[in-house]
Amino acid sequence: MANEKRVLLEYADQIDPRKAEDYIKVGGYKGLEKARSMNRRDLIEEVKKSGLRGRGGAGFNAGMKWSFVPQYADTKYVVCNFDEGEPGTYKDRIICEKNAQALLEGMAICATAIDSKQGYIYCRGEYPFMVKLLNDAVQSAKASGALGDFDIEIRMGAGAYVCGEETALIESIEGHRGEPRFKPPFPGVSGLWSQPTVVNNVETFACLPYILTNGADWFAGIGAASYPGTKVITLTGDIENPTYFEVPTDYLLRDVIYKLGGGIKDGKKFKAVQVGGTSGAFIPEQNLDTPIDFDSMAAIGASLGSGAVLVLDESRDIVDVVTRISKFFEHESCGKCNPCREGTWRCREIMERINAGKACPEDIEKLTVLSRVMKNAALCGLGQAAPIPIDSTLKYFKQEYSCKLITL
Amino acid sequence: MLNLTINGQAIQVPRGTMLLDACQMAGADVPTFCYDPQLHLAGSCRMCVVEVQGRHNLQASCVTPCVDNMVVDTESPATVEARKIILELLLARHNINCHVCEKTGECKLQDYCYRYGVDDSRFAGEKGHFTSEDPNPFIERDYDKCIMCTRCVRACDEITGAQAISVKDRGHHAKISTVFDGKLADSTCVFCGQCIMVCPVGALSSKVSMNKGRAYQCEKVLTTCTYCGTGCTLELNVKDNQVVGVSSNRDPVYSPVNQGALCVKGRFGWDFIHSEDRLTTPLIKENGQFRAASWEEALDLAASKLKSIKTEYGPDSIALFSSARVTNEENYLAQKMMRAAIGTNNVDHCARL
Amino acid sequence: MTNSIDELEKDATAIFLIGTNTTENHPIIGYKIRKNVRENGAKLIVADPRRIELAEIADVYMQFRPGTDVALLNGMMNVIINEGLLDQKFITERTEAFEDMKQIVEKYTPEVVAAITGVPAADIRKAARIYAEAEAGSICYAMGLTQHHTGTDNVKSVCNLAMLTGHLGRPGTGVNPLRGQNNVQGACDMGALPVSYPAYQAVSADANREKFEKAWGVKLSPHNGLTLTAAINKAYQGELKALYVLGENPMISDPDQHHVEEALDNLEFLIVQDIFLSETAQKADLILPGVSWAEKDGTFSNTERRVQRVRQAIIPPANSRQDWQILMDLTNRLGYSMDYGSPQDIFEEIRTVAPSYAGISYARIERTGLHWPCPNEEHPGTPILHIGKFSRGQGLFHPVEFKEPFELPDEEYPLILSTGRSLFHYHTGTMTRRTQALDAHQPTNEVQVNHHTAAALGIQDGEMVRLSTRRGSIELKAKLTDILNEKVVFTFFHFSEAAANILTHAEVLDPVAGIPEYKVCAARLEKIV
Ligand SMILES: Cc1cc2nc3c(=O)[nH]c(=O)nc-3n(C[C@H](O)[C@H](O)[C@H](O)COP(=O)(O)O)c2cc1C
Ligand code: SF4
Ligand code: SF4
Ligand code: SF4
Repeated sequence: MANEKRVLLEYADQIDPRKAEDYIKVGGYKGLEKARSMNRRDLIEEVKKSGLRGRGGAGFNAGMKWSFVPQYADTKYVVCNFDEGEPGTYKDRIICEKNAQALLEGMAICATAIDSKQGYIYCRGEYPFMVKLLNDAVQSAKASGALGDFDIEIRMGAGAYVCGEETALIESIEGHRGEPRFKPPFPGVSGLWSQPTVVNNVETFACLPYILTNGADWFAGIGAASYPGTKVITLTGDIENPTYFEVPTDYLLRDVIYKLGGGIKDGKKFKAVQVGGTSGAFIPEQNLDTPIDFDSMAAIGASLGSGAVLVLDESRDIVDVVTRISKFFEHESCGKCNPCREGTWRCREIMERINAGKACPEDIEKLTVLSRVMKNAALCGLGQAAPIPIDSTLKYFKQEYSCKLITL
Repeated sequence: MLNLTINGQAIQVPRGTMLLDACQMAGADVPTFCYDPQLHLAGSCRMCVVEVQGRHNLQASCVTPCVDNMVVDTESPATVEARKIILELLLARHNINCHVCEKTGECKLQDYCYRYGVDDSRFAGEKGHFTSEDPNPFIERDYDKCIMCTRCVRACDEITGAQAISVKDRGHHAKISTVFDGKLADSTCVFCGQCIMVCPVGALSSKVSMNKGRAYQCEKVLTTCTYCGTGCTLELNVKDNQVVGVSSNRDPVYSPVNQGALCVKGRFGWDFIHSEDRLTTPLIKENGQFRAASWEEALDLAASKLKSIKTEYGPDSIALFSSARVTNEENYLAQKMMRAAIGTNNVDHCARL
Repeated sequence: MTNSIDELEKDATAIFLIGTNTTENHPIIGYKIRKNVRENGAKLIVADPRRIELAEIADVYMQFRPGTDVALLNGMMNVIINEGLLDQKFITERTEAFEDMKQIVEKYTPEVVAAITGVPAADIRKAARIYAEAEAGSICYAMGLTQHHTGTDNVKSVCNLAMLTGHLGRPGTGVNPLRGQNNVQGACDMGALPVSYPAYQAVSADANREKFEKAWGVKLSPHNGLTLTAAINKAYQGELKALYVLGENPMISDPDQHHVEEALDNLEFLIVQDIFLSETAQKADLILPGVSWAEKDGTFSNTERRVQRVRQAIIPPANSRQDWQILMDLTNRLGYSMDYGSPQDIFEEIRTVAPSYAGISYARIERTGLHWPCPNEEHPGTPILHIGKFSRGQGLFHPVEFKEPFELPDEEYPLILSTGRSLFHYHTGTMTRRTQALDAHQPTNEVQVNHHTAAALGIQDGEMVRLSTRRGSIELKAKLTDILNEKVVFTFFHFSEAAANILTHAEVLDPVAGIPEYKVCAARLEKIV
């Protein structure tokens, strides 16, 4: 495949992800061994130096996050966020299916760094088969002795999108209603059962063995300097080749669509691409020559998010697509905070009104203010990001809205 | 100590202070719905958002710890916009009938709409449908007025410990309910009314006080509960010389024992005061029947009877049962009467019963 | 209480509840205890024949046979002594007669006690350890401990336990009786007791009598008076001729209702001062209408000895009169002159004769009530008693032997009946039964009975049944439950139409306090056919 760079997926389909032996044969658990030989501070420094940033959406420096965990606490937890609730995203599933042992090794490296004995993998409710795979993988890793005294338990989610938010995920593991907590305190200080807890995404953890094995400098040298490494992306929508790829992070969005993706399906013209999942911005043609890394995406008002790439061709009705997204958020709002609980409801109402040709120009005004307030004042990322698709399309595809309005 | 600038005013606060408290110290009146100083923080209503220089989003001040050199604006345009929109969003779902609402006059939703000049909601659309009829005799639940601050849930859990109610369902379908969405009487509810005490709007109110008078029409008289020996402080709400309700004084200075919390008897057990059965005049029994008498006649009779019995049988043939329900002053007089005027120590009360 | 209520929420690290259904009868105190357990991880020990609400969150729950309190407490002390968990320093420095107590307790091994009480020996050990090892252990009890013919013994045992472990005189510790009625504490403080003047100054001590004779300007009787139950007996025997009942309802609240009724009928003259025509008032020759608490000024003293204001909120109805005025008017007619302008005037006099109230004034308690003893205006009040030293000097251990309850179940009356209160009603119901919402919520009495016992008798939940003792019988609803064991039934005493005190006995009272044994009598439950 042209220009892919496979690190996490190098041995995809060549090894059995459940079997620790297979993984060890291709160099697995060497990183953990190295990590264990280091003192904790150096280990965290090494991870910091690699420049590894979170792959779950927020792009926070992983080593930095670990360094906030207070050393004095008796009990600490490592939690893997495998909720993967973004529609159109399945990269974490791919990583587990192809290379689950790397995830386990990554968690064990984190456990070494923060001195934790217990890990949890919070697995998306729609992936029951993955629970089985992961349990097998953990058993095999334990049996091989690779994990030492670090235990990993798999917990199944209940299917709520917001449970991917790290504090809601923690509430859910604790057996409560999956609602986000306010931060601070951040999980690193007070997380699961009020103990210091590192929450990272599957892909973030899976990078770690390679960083330890090959060195921080090696990792830092791949892709974009401010967000180094590779990124697994999943391509969906009106595209010739809708599948997953692993690419260096300086890869251009245009190349994702036209080189790897093989261009727009059925020879149609490109209209827009939404990157980062349902809450991602819609990007117009003129911004396609942007590298996919976190900061470059941010610079054009978009976000890499989970690495989902949804392509829309010229025939798509943007307003209709955004209306459907607004329904998704209305449905997924947990209901805890006012701006999101009420805001997503009213967004959906207004979007439906526009889509049905029953709205007037003031409705656009209402949407704009509402979006701003949700972004400014909602409690968690869900409510803050829910208006992004609306905002970005109002910016670049205003015409599609205007032509549906009643004008007097 | 941390140095902050709040609305242009420099202020020092101890480390660990929350921004909302700092704002209050600086004299800024930051609006809140979900915040309650007696309860764990929720940080969910987002009314207390303020603008902090250098921070990307507005900060919910109740859950934001102060940091050195913070520069804060509590009424910046973005802040005011957010509050107005939140109020409009709440109005859009609200069953607005202030004219008949028990809470008119002490409703936070009303107060903040007034303060920010929010007269109507631009988001008017579908409304919630939450009202749950509940046949219990104490608590009226009208969730079409609920603003989902969850203060009731936290009070029920943290003050009373009953855990009778919680948030059920998600998004705008979320509502306060008992475990099986049933009647309070079938839940672990003990009808303490702590939920009414903390509800900032008209969603929860006392059935016993219904239509008897609003807070601003009542005089509140601070007193001590008449039931068990705990000695809870409460406020009798009085209108036109009638007790029409009981409210809580939550200030520990005035309510040192209970900080406003009450039990079902204290909160709802007051209307016997106006019972038809009250004795209103002295009664003398004649031929097995009571007849009304004047105080002069009644007291003269009492005195002459007691005197003659004392003369005939001695002071120890007379006894008095005083009461664990009357005041110290009355108990003192009662025993003094027996000891000094009758000359016996035959005084007791039902301490042990 | 030796300690204050708030300490149960904030300072106690282990709380031992015996004979108190706290969340029902002292709800706010119960809530605070629960909060302490849930949020601060305080340990909780519950001993009660009924598995009360707080038992659900207890570290140890001991369902003991009613009336075996002393055995249970001795058992705990046995463990504490044998396992060396006692506070030797406290015992040496602050107590006396430890050896006497130790000797008695020796034979109450957990196994012996298990046989008496029905509580597994392991639980007795566990409870003893938790309480003894706690940093701050508090004991709370209520009428479940005191309403026995051994009530005084029970209380002494509790004090022994606290002294043995040094859980006294510090925040979160103490021996804490929870008083049932709003102003029991105050009534006692004010000398509404046959043996003491205000502030527990014994009638029998000449010095005290002289002091009051001087203060009141009149000769006083040197003889102890009659307790309430003794007075009823004297009336029954015809020796007591006149009775003045102020706001009480002995017809319902006293044991053996038939006995009380005959006693009252025997009187030459009965005066009742009340706000309602209670069952007792109906027997009166003269009724004086007083006023309700919402209509008067004054003070109440709560169970933690805090003196708090009561304030008049409304003008009383028609031709009723302030209770203090009634008392004053009558006293004047009896030839002893009283002249007070207000309750505050009376309080000012109380301060002069009751040293523990001397420092308390209406002005000082305008906002926050004060705990007595408060000897002078500068004194901050005393939330915690016995800091550093007991009022009598050294704390005295009382060796206490277990005595069986007076009336034990037999073939004819095979069950143990215990009585108590409901959350929704109060005492004899004169107020709560006239409160619409409370009476609507719980309009009738019930007898709580174990499922199995009921099944054996063919009784269904909610069915009307007959509950009888040697004194009489009542008909009421059966409430099936698993919070009681199979041998015990329980009923409320608030309901005059199914009055529990028709069933209870007045045959033996606690020899010191004169308390009737409400918590244990032999009973029979029957289906009504
Ligand atoms: C609404 C919402 C949903 C989220 N869903 C996911 C998810 O499915 N998977 C994930 O890894 N992170 C998700 N996140 C991000 C997490 O909160 C958190 O930032 C992440 O797990 C941290 O891991 P990382 O630093 O390795 O990216 C979500 C955040 C929000 C606000
Ligand atoms: S923003 Fe939405 S999902 Fe997040 S806490 Fe608020 S209501 Fe819940
Ligand atoms: S009345 Fe008390 S127990 Fe019942 S729901 Fe309200 S707070 Fe909870
Ligand atoms: S009922 Fe009242 S207290 Fe409870 S969530 Fe609704 S508004 Fe808040």
